[in-house]
Amino acid sequence: MSMALRTEELMLNMGPQHPSTHGVLRLVVTLDGENIVDVKPDIGYLHSSVEKMMEHRLYVQNVSLADRGMDYLIAMQNEQVYCLAVERLAGIEVPERGKYLRVIFDELQRIASHLVWLGTWGIDLGATTVFLWCFREREMILDLFEKVTGGRLHHAYFRIGGVYVDPPAGWTDEVKTFLDYFDERVVEYDKLLTANPIFVARTKGVGVIDRRAAIAMGASGPVGRASGIAMDVRKVEPYEVYDRMHFDVPVLTDGDCFARYQVRLEEIRQASRIVRQALKELPGGEVRSRVPMTMKAPRGEAYARTESARGDLAIYLASDGEEMPYRVKIRAPSFSNLYALSEMMRGWKIADVIAILGSIDIVLSDVDR
Amino acid sequence: MSIGFVGPRPESTPPAEPKRSQIAPVAEMVGILDSLPGGGLILTTVEAALNWGRAASIWPLTFGLACCAIEMMAAFASRFDLDRMGVIPRATPRQADLMIVAGRATLKMAPIVRRLWEQMPEPRYVISMGSCATCGGPFYYDNYSILKGIDQVVPVDVYVPGCPPRPEALIEGILKLQEQIKKEPFLRKQALDAIAARSAGPR
Repeated sequence: MSMALRTEELMLNMGPQHPSTHGVLRLVVTLDGENIVDVKPDIGYLHSSVEKMMEHRLYVQNVSLADRGMDYLIAMQNEQVYCLAVERLAGIEVPERGKYLRVIFDELQRIASHLVWLGTWGIDLGATTVFLWCFREREMILDLFEKVTGGRLHHAYFRIGGVYVDPPAGWTDEVKTFLDYFDERVVEYDKLLTANPIFVARTKGVGVIDRRAAIAMGASGPVGRASGIAMDVRKVEPYEVYDRMHFDVPVLTDGDCFARYQVRLEEIRQASRIVRQALKELPGGEVRSRVPMTMKAPRGEAYARTESARGDLAIYLASDGEEMPYRVKIRAPSFSNLYALSEMMRGWKIADVIAILGSIDIVLSDVDR
Repeated sequence: MSIGFVGPRPESTPPAEPKRSQIAPVAEMVGILDSLPGGGLILTTVEAALNWGRAASIWPLTFGLACCAIEMMAAFASRFDLDRMGVIPRATPRQADLMIVAGRATLKMAPIVRRLWEQMPEPRYVISMGSCATCGGPFYYDNYSILKGIDQVVPVDVYVPGCPPRPEALIEGILKLQEQIKKEPFLRKQALDAIAARSAGPR
C-alpha cells in the first residue's frame, strides 16, 4: 500500500480490558495516521500453568482440568484429545458405542463453539441480532449436554476408556428434533449475513493472508482452510470413528474474513450432518472399558492430534511409569493462529482491527494455557 | 430446565400474604396513604427513593477473564436477559457501577483489575463470580500463576459460587446486591462524614 503522506507514528494500546478482544489480549498497534504499520500481540494474561498442574494430578483427575485449563469453549474436545493421548500411551481400547458417543459430542460442541464465535463477531461488527439468535440455539445444545453430563460448560464426560454414562432414554430423539430445527436456523443466519451489504463491506477482501504465509505461521483449522490449506485432522489422521463418517471439508482460497466466515458456517452444516449419521449408526453395548482410578501408564510417550473448533489441537504426553504424567505439552491452535494476526492486519485501517481479530476466533485460555 | 437449589416447600403452611415489596419495590421504605379522596400520597425519604433507583439500574463493566465470562454472556443473552433487571453492560469503567470479576485472575492481570476498579466512580460494587475469582478454585494447588482470590486486590460485595456458576446463580447474586444497595445508608453516611469532618476542626 503506498502512503503518500507520512505522519508521525503512533503507538496505540488495545486491551487487556477491551470489549472486543474476546478475553484478555493486549494488542500494541503501531499506526501511521489510520494505517496499521505493525501489530504486536501481548499474551500471558490468562496463563493458568495447566501443563505444570497436570504433572501433579492422576491421569483420571486431569480430565476435569483439561476442561477448565485449556480452551473453555470446547471442553468436550479438550477431553477428547487428552483421553486419546492417554489411551494411546496405555493401550486402552474404547468400546464402539463410546467412540460414536464421543463423535456426537465433539460435533455438537463444535456447533456450540462456532455459534459463540458467530454471535460475538456479530456484536463486534455491530449486529446485535446475530448474537441473540446464536445464543438462543446454543442454549438448546447446552440443555442437551446438561441432560447427559449435568454440566453446561464443563462436563468431565469423556473418561479414559470411553465416556462416563449412556445418554438417558429418548435423548437421541431430542438431538434429532434439535437438528431438524437447527438446520433451518442456519439458513436464517446465511440469509441475515451472507448477502448483507454492510457485513460484506466490513469483511470481504479484509485481512487477507495467502496460503504460503498461513503455512509459515502455522495456521490451522478454519483460518488455514480459508487460505487454501486443505488440511483437516479428521480426514488426514482419523481418530475415533471419523474414517466412517461422510462429510466434506470446506476449503476456500480467498483468505479474507468473509472466507473464514463461510468456512465456519459450512462446518456447522457438516457437523450437523456428522451427528445425524452417528446417531443413525449408533451401536449398542458398553460405553466404557474398565480402567482403574489410579491407573499407571507404561514408560514412554504419546502424541494425539484432533481437529478442534479452532484447528489442530494436540497433546504430547510423556510418562515415566508412574500414576501421573511426567510431562504434558499442549499444542494450542489459537496460539499459532494468533501469529498469523500481525500478517493479516499490516496495511489495513484501524477500523478493521476488530473485524480481523474477531475472524480468527482466538480463545485466550487456549493461547496462554 | 432445572431451577437450582430450591428446597421442598412444607405443605402445611398456608400461602403467605403478598409482601409490600412484591407490590412495588419502593414500598419497603415508604408509607402509601391511598385513602385520600381523589388520589394517593406517597411518603418516603430521599435516600430510599435514590437507593431504589440505584438498585434498579446497576450497570456492570463488560469485563470477562475466563470461562465464567461465557456464562455471563449467556446471562445477558436471549434466554436469561439481564436487561430486564436494568443490568446493561458498559464498555468503559467510567460509566460502570459494578464489576463482575468473571474467571481466574493471573498475577499478571491482577494489577489491571485493581486499576479498572480504581477507574470506576463511587459508589462501586464488585461481584466475584465463580470459584477461581473467589479463592483460586481448581487452580489453588500446584500453581504458580493464578491469584488465589480476587478479594486480595479489590473489595468484594457478593460471592457467587460455582465452576462456572449457572446464569441463574449470577442473577441471584445481582438480586442479592440489589437488596444490599436498597438498605445502604447512602445519604446518611455522607452527612455523618461531613459532620465528622467539621467536628474535627480546621487544620
